[in-house]
Amino acid sequence: MAKLRAPGSRSRLSRIWRLRLYVAGQTPKSLVALSNLKKICENHLRGRYDIEVIDLLEKPKLSRGDQILAIPTLVRKLPKPVRKIIGDLSDTERVLVGLNLRPAA
Amino acid sequence: MRINGARTPFGGVRLHKCPTGIQGLDEITGGGFPRGRATLVCGGAGCGKTLLASEFLVRGASEFGEAGVFVSFEETDAELKVNVASLGFDLASLVKRKKILLEHVYIERSEIHETGEYDLEGLFVRLNLAIDSIGAKRVVLDTLEALFAGLPNEAILRAELRRLFRWLKAKGVTAVITAERDREQLTRHGLEEYVSDCVILLDHRVNDQIATRHLRVVKYRGTLHGTNEFPFLINADGLSVLPITSLGLSHKVSSERVSTGIPRLDAMLGGRGFFRGSSILLTGTPGTGKTITAACFAQAAARRGERVLFFSFEESPDQIIRNMHSIGLRLEPFVEAGLLRFRSARPTLYGLEMHLATMFKEISTFKPDIVIMDPITSLMVAGTDCETKGMVTRLIDYLKAGQVTSLFTSLTHGGHALQQSEIAMSSLMDSWLLLQDLEGNGERNRVLYVIKARGMAHSNQVREFLISNRGIDLVDAYIGPSGVLTGSARMAQSAREKADLLASHQKAALDKRDLEHKREALERQIGGLRSEYASSAEELQRLEDQVGTQTRLLTNQRTELGRLRHADASVANGSGANRNSKHKKR
Repeated sequence: MAKLRAPGSRSRLSRIWRLRLYVAGQTPKSLVALSNLKKICENHLRGRYDIEVIDLLEKPKLSRGDQILAIPTLVRKLPKPVRKIIGDLSDTERVLVGLNLRPAA
Repeated sequence: MRINGARTPFGGVRLHKCPTGIQGLDEITGGGFPRGRATLVCGGAGCGKTLLASEFLVRGASEFGEAGVFVSFEETDAELKVNVASLGFDLASLVKRKKILLEHVYIERSEIHETGEYDLEGLFVRLNLAIDSIGAKRVVLDTLEALFAGLPNEAILRAELRRLFRWLKAKGVTAVITAERDREQLTRHGLEEYVSDCVILLDHRVNDQIATRHLRVVKYRGTLHGTNEFPFLINADGLSVLPITSLGLSHKVSSERVSTGIPRLDAMLGGRGFFRGSSILLTGTPGTGKTITAACFAQAAARRGERVLFFSFEESPDQIIRNMHSIGLRLEPFVEAGLLRFRSARPTLYGLEMHLATMFKEISTFKPDIVIMDPITSLMVAGTDCETKGMVTRLIDYLKAGQVTSLFTSLTHGGHALQQSEIAMSSLMDSWLLLQDLEGNGERNRVLYVIKARGMAHSNQVREFLISNRGIDLVDAYIGPSGVLTGSARMAQSAREKADLLASHQKAALDKRDLEHKREALERQIGGLRSEYASSAEELQRLEDQVGTQTRLLTNQRTELGRLRHADASVANGSGANRNSKHKKR
């Protein structure tokens, strides 16, 4: 799946996908989102991803940096450019398009 | 807290208001926006929504000690600071002192992919953090509609907005939400559905190429409010709404008088000129000397050491100063001394409100004793008669409150019929002078009347108004059988009277001479008669003497005869007598 590699990436480090999931408390939507995310990553990015979950109720200040409005929000920090996906990630097709793992139909 | 109109007559709980500090807006809303609730400010592009919202925050922070959060969905923090700095607000310093927090919420639809259920808890978290971090009492959301552009799922958005407003209310902050105006409804996305306590509509209209901003309180639950459209303007001091009715007729009056600078005109006004703090209207057809009269008034005041502000809508300051040289009026020393200030602007430069605000500003900084507007009618170009009257009312009220004497010149069309607008205008004025051209004998002459002068005895006479290189002079006009005589007709009349006088003088001299002659002749006659009389008396004396001598001679003769006849003297006498009586009996 050479296509999956981010274009222009040279070092091994840059091939690691840094994903950040913003939630606000352990709401059902957050839990669904996290499990959906894990599933997608295992299927498409095995060994090349890193998920950080940020609970805004605990660290509200972090909401400013990534301009978080909607909860849950998934932010693709790496590879660049930054992409944002909102919602509980239940629509896998849209998540893949959003993460640029699959070109838009 | 200033609350003006929110008293309930039944002693009920009154709606708490949050003063905006915006000039005029608190008067209209009876104290400000509803405290602890949301106010919707809507209007088209460029009508000052963001500005109103930012001034609400800045004034809240700087004047009412209430910190505020500005949530911007469109402009970045840096952009905001620059934008409001142009209105004289030092946002950066307020931000530094943690009085205001700028929160830029960035949404870019192309960067967002929707993948299922979500809510806007992130926004709530950010808002909560911002409000709590500075203890904000005021929140501005500018403009929430950006959410509609950024987030595709409108159903979720609407549900979340409803939650947001509930949350803001629960949080106890006074919120201002801005929204774009739509053709059919108040806002493009129907935000008025959620914010129902207070809705303010801003409008920017162009009439005859002149733009005027208007503000209207569409609704304000639980309170009385002004329902009219009020003009407002944005200048270097921020926003100011101009409620026409906010000023009452309660100003103090002065009985001090100020000279007009024209002695004869003072004489026509009970000998001492206008009242201080009164408003004077000077109407006249073109070229009747309105500006000159105004300049005389200005110079007289400056000479007394008073401050004069001269608004000119037709001539530049230099032009007025130069033109006044032609009548021997030197204004520049007073300008240099800082007693006389000219402000010239074309009436079409901006709308009436802007003119009014500029004038207010000039007046409040210069603090004049006398304000002159030359001519007020030019401003009618910038607005309708009604607007102009409203403006003049506000201006006069403002000036009267400060005991400033105001003189307005007004240009009228020829003929005797007074314009309707003038009549309307004149009711606002305390004194009204009319300058008029009289045509006749192939020339035009100026005359002046005092049409009214409230509170003082004034002349009912028409005076001819002469402008020479020594200034203005008023002379009595002659009233002849064919009407008022002015100019050369008056001169002719005057010459005729002089000639008549001379003739009568000459005639009197002549008569006097005649009489003198007559007297002399009589005296001569009297002298003649006297000498005649004297000679007659002499003659008489001579005759008397003669008679006496004859008698004596006769007696002597008889005595001699008797002696010669030897008759006894006594017998002779007695027989003589008897002889006489005998003769009578015969």
